[in-house]
Amino acid sequence: MQGAVKLKPNVPVPEPAAPAVSVRNLHVRFGDRSNEFTALSDISVDIPEGAFVTMLGPSGCGKSTLLRCIADLVHISEGSISVFGRSPREAREGRDFAFVFQDATLLPWRTVLDNICLPLEVGRRSETGDHADPHALLEMVGLKGREKALPHELSGGMRQRVAIARALITRPRILLMDEPFGALDEITRDRLNEELLRVWQETGTTILFVTHSIPEAAFLGQKVLMLQAHPGRVKEFTKVDLPFPRSLSVRDTVEFIGVTAHLRARLEECL
Amino acid sequence: MSHVVSSRKAEALPDRKIALLDATAGVFARHMPAILAAIGLVVLWQFVVWFFAIPTFMAPSPVDVFFAFRDNAGMLWANLLPTVLETILGFVFGNLVAILLAIWFVHSSTAEKAFYPIAVFIKAIPIIALAPILVLIFGNGLAPKIIIAGLICFFPTLVNMVQGLKSASPAMLDLMRVLSASNTEILWKVRLPSSMPFLFAALKIAATSSVMGAIVAEWIGSSFGLGALIIEATYNFRSPLLYATVVVAAALAVVLFFIVSVIEAKMVRWKPAGTH
Repeated sequence: MQGAVKLKPNVPVPEPAAPAVSVRNLHVRFGDRSNEFTALSDISVDIPEGAFVTMLGPSGCGKSTLLRCIADLVHISEGSISVFGRSPREAREGRDFAFVFQDATLLPWRTVLDNICLPLEVGRRSETGDHADPHALLEMVGLKGREKALPHELSGGMRQRVAIARALITRPRILLMDEPFGALDEITRDRLNEELLRVWQETGTTILFVTHSIPEAAFLGQKVLMLQAHPGRVKEFTKVDLPFPRSLSVRDTVEFIGVTAHLRARLEECL
Repeated sequence: MSHVVSSRKAEALPDRKIALLDATAGVFARHMPAILAAIGLVVLWQFVVWFFAIPTFMAPSPVDVFFAFRDNAGMLWANLLPTVLETILGFVFGNLVAILLAIWFVHSSTAEKAFYPIAVFIKAIPIIALAPILVLIFGNGLAPKIIIAGLICFFPTLVNMVQGLKSASPAMLDLMRVLSASNTEILWKVRLPSSMPFLFAALKIAATSSVMGAIVAEWIGSSFGLGALIIEATYNFRSPLLYATVVVAAALAVVLFFIVSVIEAKMVRWKPAGTH
């Protein structure tokens, strides 16, 4: 079924693998000297290769900012980030990562297929020579037969699937996802959560996933990185002890409820 | 063999004719209220002129205007052509300069800060006051007319185009940055396509106002064009000819508007993806 998508089963992940992303003493400040705001303060964390890490925290804790620092969208004030041993800028230019936004950010005048192929048309094309088959990706995200549709003809959930397929076209080693399902209804969100886990297992990509939903963070993540606000700093980096592959029914188990109860308690402490 | 082909042709032709008739009937049916209203107004006009015995030089009846068309067809045609030329050249140059300037503004905020106020100032000069100045500089040829037709298009397109080029969402620009796209790639792949609805809104305004610009320019010491004909017919009390000229000018504006609308329908088939 996923002929062209690289298969690299990554369950279970051998734990001390070389980190895909390594953040060291990261500080991010916004504004000028008179009106300075510290978004992130002294963050140090390692994201292992092939892992699925979810990021959770109260609003304003800087989880999106951290993700955007890794993606080279936000300027780092102090400290360092390395993505597979390279700076975020080099990693961006080398297409090491792909980014999925809360909004699908599809080009409304392009068909589904043309939207998925956008990353192959811009930037340094020489480094994108090795790419996935767009048709196989469409099949993987369940949109086979909708190649010629325009974004306004699709539902919100379908648009977000297209965005995920577009992110996977360059076979990124890391997928950075900033609340990608935050604007969707719960039923669609549940289905996409399950599909995302399947995509992760099929492609072997490292995924860093920002959310403000406790069940989502627990269901998707091997590990949950919890941040707290004012200033944004790491609260804890916990392992989620639930076996893979996970299906939605896992959320009704005692173990799962134990995990969410723990996360909720820690989150309360952040407030 | 040939028999079969010819008989097929004979069958196909009436079919196509019927389809064409159907389409025409459809167009008429859809616009029936407008058509009836227009006919009604013309008839009313005719009756008012008859009933109150209004002299022709003051307000000619529709029948007088119709005869004016018949008697002056050659003169109307000869004066229409230069006006069409000025309008189209003015439309093309005015909009082209506006689009290029908008692209420059979007890439350089210094340029925008420096020249936007000047553009507003030029817009603030009444076009009718600008016409004599341009005639003094460029003489009585086509040039001042083209410039005025262009100037009248220029401002709406500049304002709309700047807004259109900036309409790409910040998330969209973030995406292009993550993809390491160059400014040129962002312009061609994101900014220009997303500005198209804004551009066409301006072009539709420009299509009709460029005709006005050309005619106003022809009022100032010109010997040709619909504008000159309007002045001449007015001064000689040839009211039916004056009305006929006005109808031709309006028809020109409507045709240009229609052409722009058709191109828009062909080019902008998408709708902005709504937030879910």
